[in-house]
Amino acid sequence: MVMGDLVREVDVAVVGGGPGGYTAAFRCAELGLETIVVDEGKRLGGVCLHEGCIPSKALLHVAGVLDEAERAKELGVEFGPPRVSLDSLRQWLRERVVGKLARGLGSVARAKGVEVVGGRAVFESARELRVEGEEPQKIRFAHAIVATGSGSLPLPGAPAASERVMDSAAALGLPEVPERLLVIGGGYIGLEIGTVYAALGSAVTLVEMADGLLPGVDRDLVQPVARRVASRFAAVHLGAQVGELVERGGRIEARIGAEAQAFDRVLVAVGRRARGAGLGLETTAAQVDERGVIAVDDRCRTRDPRIYAVGDVTGEPMLAHRAMRQGIVAAEAMAGRPAAFDNVAVPAVVFTDPEIAWCGLGEREAGSGGRPVQVAKFAWAASGRAATLGRADGLTKLVLDPASGRVLGVGIVGPGAGELIAEAALAVEAALTAEDLAATIHAHPTLSETLMEAAAAFLRER
Amino acid sequence: MARVFALPDLGEGLTEAEIVRVLVREGDVIREDAPLLEVETDKAQVEIPSPVAGRVEKIHVEPGQTVKVGQVLVTFADGDGARAGSGEARAPARPAAGPPVGAVAQAPRAAAGGPVPAAPATRRLARELGVDLRAVRGMGPGGRVTDADVHAAAQALRPTAESRPEAPAGRAVSRPLAPVGLEPPALPRFEQWGPIERQPLSHLRRTIAERMALSAALVPHVTHFDRADITELDAVIRRNLESARVRGITLTLTSFLLKAAALVLRAHPQFNASLDAGAGELIVKRYYHLGIAVATDRGLIVPVIRDVDRKPVLELAGELAALAQRVRDGKAALDDLRGGTFTVTNIGALGGTGAIPIINYPEVAILGVARAREEPVVRDGQIVPRLLLPLSLTFDHRIADGADGARFAADFVHRLEHPDQLLLEL
Repeated sequence: MVMGDLVREVDVAVVGGGPGGYTAAFRCAELGLETIVVDEGKRLGGVCLHEGCIPSKALLHVAGVLDEAERAKELGVEFGPPRVSLDSLRQWLRERVVGKLARGLGSVARAKGVEVVGGRAVFESARELRVEGEEPQKIRFAHAIVATGSGSLPLPGAPAASERVMDSAAALGLPEVPERLLVIGGGYIGLEIGTVYAALGSAVTLVEMADGLLPGVDRDLVQPVARRVASRFAAVHLGAQVGELVERGGRIEARIGAEAQAFDRVLVAVGRRARGAGLGLETTAAQVDERGVIAVDDRCRTRDPRIYAVGDVTGEPMLAHRAMRQGIVAAEAMAGRPAAFDNVAVPAVVFTDPEIAWCGLGEREAGSGGRPVQVAKFAWAASGRAATLGRADGLTKLVLDPASGRVLGVGIVGPGAGELIAEAALAVEAALTAEDLAATIHAHPTLSETLMEAAAAFLRER
Repeated sequence: MARVFALPDLGEGLTEAEIVRVLVREGDVIREDAPLLEVETDKAQVEIPSPVAGRVEKIHVEPGQTVKVGQVLVTFADGDGARAGSGEARAPARPAAGPPVGAVAQAPRAAAGGPVPAAPATRRLARELGVDLRAVRGMGPGGRVTDADVHAAAQALRPTAESRPEAPAGRAVSRPLAPVGLEPPALPRFEQWGPIERQPLSHLRRTIAERMALSAALVPHVTHFDRADITELDAVIRRNLESARVRGITLTLTSFLLKAAALVLRAHPQFNASLDAGAGELIVKRYYHLGIAVATDRGLIVPVIRDVDRKPVLELAGELAALAQRVRDGKAALDDLRGGTFTVTNIGALGGTGAIPIINYPEVAILGVARAREEPVVRDGQIVPRLLLPLSLTFDHRIADGADGARFAADFVHRLEHPDQLLLEL
């Protein structure tokens, strides 16, 4: 078949099968719109499922098991030294985790009548897409949703061809457990993957340009993680930069400050770039800036009324759950419903040990914004549940409006913070007050009580 | 804590009421049980007393507005304001001079920056109702904007009596009535019981069918019956037949009926009107163009005679004859057939003792007359023969009630029975 022979007519063409794309496609189908997804890998789940959030969480679970086993010594239980079979681990990850979830998404798509086409989609106009590659064809659409996500930013000066210099996707493929791993970037990706490799036995050196890990996050939340990382990693260099990387004799030589060191592998995790360029959007009225970010309004619509965009390609915060919410909004707005992405709380979770999670207004942010806030904290040292876990290094923090007691933001650090943030997000999103939290019965003994206790502390101090 | 007061359950299955008057003003401090609002329901006009003592912080409604049970009417200020309740209470008897049009929406919330505190579902509701949340004052805990606040703001945004100068001040807000939608069920297969024939409808038949079905489905019809003693009128007609004939005119009872109807309509303007259900307004017409039902071999046609109230009976009789002829010949102009405000149908020629016609929508009423007959009538203890004309007034019960119809008919009968008075008005 010659490319362009087949012209498909659909209501909605979704470009990209990641969380934003498939969520939008499913919602479109539910609303009765004929929907097609074009994905380069002919897969649903995107980076998140195949080489991002899901694999990293699976591996962090393994890291957690290893850590817990070691920590059990303190509780009077001793295991022998762990033996890790990388083959079995990779197979579990590929088959039982990613494969299972991908098959699940595929069957949901079939059930909803959403077709997935493999290939690279390029806009030829605000009505038509050309699909190149695997299944070449043209698609005429009434509306399109761009959900092409983001890709890892390369490190300037890094050897492009070396497999020893990895991005997050490559690192999560678990090619080996390098003796010495250099992690460039102290954001959540560098910390999470560094934690995995440290647990598996690598000596991890982390370099962060800023003067602290997780730049932008409240320091009191970062501190327990920084302490933990300092004890688990071989070295942590803050306020430092890595000079050029040179591959020599099967190793990568890196200059950190003035000192040259050799590593078996390097993980570059210095940020992500939106993938808005090269899609042919210049043939439409949609606008893409020099960072590859597509401008959208609160209905996730681009400057072209036929074209919507969701997820990482619309800029920060680049988080799968934000993309999914945007996907719903775009689908509903397109179907004429009064939807808007007006969410106040986009929860963020760093799955380190301990976990850090926050949503809404941060303490730092509030301070720089000049808005008066009151902060209420509850240290987990006083939590019964934290004591039973042998972990007292957690903290739950509420950022509140002093006059109304309204919860403006929440930050949590401690094991399970990623789950605990759900209640906080609901409170911020629904504009609940400290009294609402304090008067809601929280199961005892659980870590969720720390939210109630922090709210009660605010009410006492007020 | 601010307290909101919503329209209480009114009992008797009533779900809504119209605000007649607001008896307090924002800022007023009132005692418990002081009169707050006057509302009118389908059943009665009632005064709603204040459930609490306190300061009226916000009035969410205004005269003319229809409110549902549970809808927020008034917000009372918190404890500080309510303290004055016992001592310096006063109950203003005057209605509020200027109802706060759109006050809710116009009072910008002193937001300390950041998003408006409201749950996601409430924000969606605001988008649905076109309410800008930033302009809504939240009455929920911690200033949270609730669904009720959004509904109140949406109410305040609606066009009000004040923005419609032609409406009587402080009353009658226009709003759509519920539409009528009827889907006829599928017909049975009649051929299973015997032979049938399918005949297409003529254009006129189809038009009549559609208009009659619309009127019957849309308009609650009510009919009032009466009889007029037209013995004297008949004598007048007989006496003047010859002089009319000289002018080439056949003087008929129908021309007198038209004349009398037009004069009665002037005294009962709601019968010379149309209901604008979409606007919730009655359109009263200040002209009296009367339709007269004419049976043709193709079907019913209703030509219209203009300005009946201003034309002498003789002229009406002439015009009527010419018009009826044009209609029967199929030569009626479009203007002959439209613009009517009221219809008279005289089925007397075909006999019968009475009929209930269908209102010629969007008119309000139709007058049907049957054949006049000489009947024995008791007068001053004597049985005397009198010529009686059975008539019926069928009218739209949305616009007029039974008593209105009875008064209209009595007025009409009176005029027919006193042709001398009728002459005075010519």
